[in-house]
Amino acid sequence: MNFLDYTLEELHDKLIKKEVTAVELAEASFKRIEETDSEVGAFLALNKEKALEAAKEADEKGIDENNVLSGLPVGIKDNILTKGLTTTAASKILEDFIPVYDATATEKLEQAGMITIGKLNMDEFAMGGSTENSAFKKTRNPWNLNKVPGGSSGGSAAAVAAGQVPVSLGSDTGGSVREPAAFTGLVGIKPTYGRVSRYGLIAFGSSLDQIGPFTRTVKDNALVLNAISGHDPKDSTSYNGETPDFTEGINKGVKGLRIGVPREYFNEDAKEQGVIESVREAIKLYEKMGAEIVEVSLPHSRFGIPAYYIIASSEASSNLQRFDGIRYGYRAENVESLEDIYVKSRSEGFGLEVKRRIMLGTFSLSSGFYDAHFKKAAQARTLIRKDFDTVFADVDVLVAPTTTTTAYDIGEKINDPLAMYMSDILTVPVNLAGVPSISIPCGFSNDMPVGLQIIGNHFEEQMIYRVAQAFEKETEFSSQKPSFKGGK
Amino acid sequence: MNLEPVIGLEVHVELKTDSKMFSPSPAHFGAEPNTNTNVIDWGHPGVLPVVNKTAIEYGMRAALALNCKIANHTKFDRKNYFYPDNPKAYQISQFDQPIGYDGWIEIEVNGETKKIRIERVHLEEDAGKNTHGEDGASYVDLNRQGTPLIEIVSEADMRSPEEAHAYLETIKQLIQFTKVSDVKMQEGSMRCDANISLRPYGQEEFGTKAEIKNLNSFSYVKKGLEFEINRQEKALIAGGALQQETRRYDEATGGTLLMRTKEGSSDYRYFPEPDIPNLIISDEWINDVRTSLPEMPKERQERYVKEYSLPEYDAVVLTATVEMSDFFQETVAHDADPKQASNWLMGEVSAYLNSEQVDLHDTNLTPKALADMINLIADGTISSKIAKKVFRELITNGSDDVKALVEEKGWVQLSDPSKLLPIITETLDKNEQSIEDYKNGKDRAMGFLVGQVMKQTRGQANPGMVNKLLKEELDKR
Repeated sequence: MNFLDYTLEELHDKLIKKEVTAVELAEASFKRIEETDSEVGAFLALNKEKALEAAKEADEKGIDENNVLSGLPVGIKDNILTKGLTTTAASKILEDFIPVYDATATEKLEQAGMITIGKLNMDEFAMGGSTENSAFKKTRNPWNLNKVPGGSSGGSAAAVAAGQVPVSLGSDTGGSVREPAAFTGLVGIKPTYGRVSRYGLIAFGSSLDQIGPFTRTVKDNALVLNAISGHDPKDSTSYNGETPDFTEGINKGVKGLRIGVPREYFNEDAKEQGVIESVREAIKLYEKMGAEIVEVSLPHSRFGIPAYYIIASSEASSNLQRFDGIRYGYRAENVESLEDIYVKSRSEGFGLEVKRRIMLGTFSLSSGFYDAHFKKAAQARTLIRKDFDTVFADVDVLVAPTTTTTAYDIGEKINDPLAMYMSDILTVPVNLAGVPSISIPCGFSNDMPVGLQIIGNHFEEQMIYRVAQAFEKETEFSSQKPSFKGGK
Repeated sequence: MNLEPVIGLEVHVELKTDSKMFSPSPAHFGAEPNTNTNVIDWGHPGVLPVVNKTAIEYGMRAALALNCKIANHTKFDRKNYFYPDNPKAYQISQFDQPIGYDGWIEIEVNGETKKIRIERVHLEEDAGKNTHGEDGASYVDLNRQGTPLIEIVSEADMRSPEEAHAYLETIKQLIQFTKVSDVKMQEGSMRCDANISLRPYGQEEFGTKAEIKNLNSFSYVKKGLEFEINRQEKALIAGGALQQETRRYDEATGGTLLMRTKEGSSDYRYFPEPDIPNLIISDEWINDVRTSLPEMPKERQERYVKEYSLPEYDAVVLTATVEMSDFFQETVAHDADPKQASNWLMGEVSAYLNSEQVDLHDTNLTPKALADMINLIADGTISSKIAKKVFRELITNGSDDVKALVEEKGWVQLSDPSKLLPIITETLDKNEQSIEDYKNGKDRAMGFLVGQVMKQTRGQANPGMVNKLLKEELDKR
């Protein structure tokens, strides 16, 4: 059983026809992890015993015909709480933390009958774009093991790309689902802010964070988003309106749709020509399929990176204060005072990048600097949001590259934080505006996958999936399999 | 140098909601440590705050009672600081858009009324409690963590410790009448910090202020301010410059001690709470709260004068606390004469509360019992003298049936002429001299004879009836 050969619906069909059992699927998952994870390094923790038990129960109870996810394995990013299963956010400060409750997203997947296989590696507290900031291990890109899988949800991407699980959950604060999806040839969505409950997601940038699924196909992705969306009374920022069926109208095609091409997203020094070329090809295909291509402008995009790094870091500096060594998590030894507990536990528990952002955020919120930093960033954010409002009055979706380059080498950018920050330039405006955006595979450059980003208006995930599906149907990129070339 | 004190107060009041400000844990006082807590109160990773609507409404009620305007658009902010009783290391509060603003109250000092302006009323969550054990360890109890609070910030409009005291009394009274809090300083449901500076009379500009914390009772507020006026005055007169500082009231000495200077103060890095959407408060909602606002002391006073023909003095005394005022109203509702009810509450009841140092609800007296007792006096069943005994019984042990009680105890007044006459006849027979004195116009004789009858009946005779019968009998002789 190779997950890379089947869609979720096909796996569901096999379960219903009893060609395979949930236990066999879970076992296949663990076997594949055993075979490949010493190279890929996607998982931080495995849930073997409980997963097999749950799968057995699912088999005994009978697979729910109306529930396509029932009995299927899933991997969860390690910043999403799983009751009784370690959740570390890839940080030493939470190394042994075992949650006493489930995140709403986890709970919803379990209600849908999914089997949690384990927890996936990430950049510490989701801060980074390569998963090199994990306190525990490096994750490698299954397409080329010398390259990064992207980040921060690098483990979630690598696990699906390597066929270890058919689905995983990631989280996207500034591109952390879309960038790794692009780097590993997957479909990954950042839903509209408020679409998926954040309850139980370890907060990074609270006004930006969203949980989103990684899958190999567009429809699979919509099916998983169906399961995790919806209003949550425990999250006041979750959307209070109806949750539609995201697969509805997915095959309508793009004929007659207006697709905007934001000029600014193609001008960013064209870091890698192959990426731009693949995206241009994709746009041509849309035109061929009957969509109207319109060049548009998002004039405030250039404020995206500075505004994002100030807002996300400011919120993070406050969110991460609770990791103080008092009630749970890492506590330094040999402390002499209360202040000592705080200073030493946090100095020893957090990694370099996390400390950098805490410093940046603390500075941005300090009295005397607030107006010039946080407040300015908030104003820039409003302008960016208005840019999107303006263009969506005219077009149905926007298409653009997800990243400026394909996956880069491990170690290439890790000592150059600014270069690392700049690589988020095409993804952060979406989080600042709160709109939904998907990345789907649209070609190859230097033998590595290229991601096409499709951005929609608030709560218009249906439209995004429809446009993505049209492209997937006409191309073969989603069915390509990674080569595992290179090596450790 | 003649210096004028300038005082502003920050008062924290705990709101009496069932659950906490941002979590569904119970918000009750006095449970075992850490039993009224959940993962939200513990600041576990991934938890989110959800606003308790009742707390918003209570905050509005309090703000309206203090004559504040209510913001149509408001929000919450994070106040960041590390402390073990503050598990998230930030307190959710309101920074630049308080729910209530531009209010005022009237205080009375030495018979003069003065308006004190209220700058703002904002909502926030309380912290937990740290205790330091005798074993050398420190303990954290998070039961109080997340309890809703309002902070009431006055303008620097007070000019003496007496005014500050009167301000606190009035705030306490007004909030009590809104029923959103118990407002008890000894239980911590009302807390106060004071800002005080001195300036030469006539000068507009404020002097350098000190903030005094740990003022845990009304008298500490007064003492702390008096001490601080003295301290600052001495420093200024000696020609020294004051520095802006935070000081702590020391209960043992009645003085204040330096905690930190301005340089040592923390930067709370306030910023908008991203987990809670902005709060839009419609005019309809404000209006609903305003119209459902319980009757305030001033209104009750006017009504007592108008409806019950009480003297204004009575009305003011009865409305000093909502408990007394409610008790009075319920007593009247049980058909007691309002003036009699007022007399008892202002007299015997208040004296008892003062001497026992208790509140009305700590006693066994009920409005119905008081009303029944007053009516038994009115219809002559008991004498006002016996009534004092009855009252003592009612307030210490209570009774559901006052009539049965007085009968059982043999406290019923003897008014039946057929029972009184033989005693009167006997008394007159024994006191020939008094009869003579009476006939000779000596008033004292009458008093003596009444006394004798009362003595014979062990005080149970109805004095009015005794008087009447005695006169008739004397006239016959």
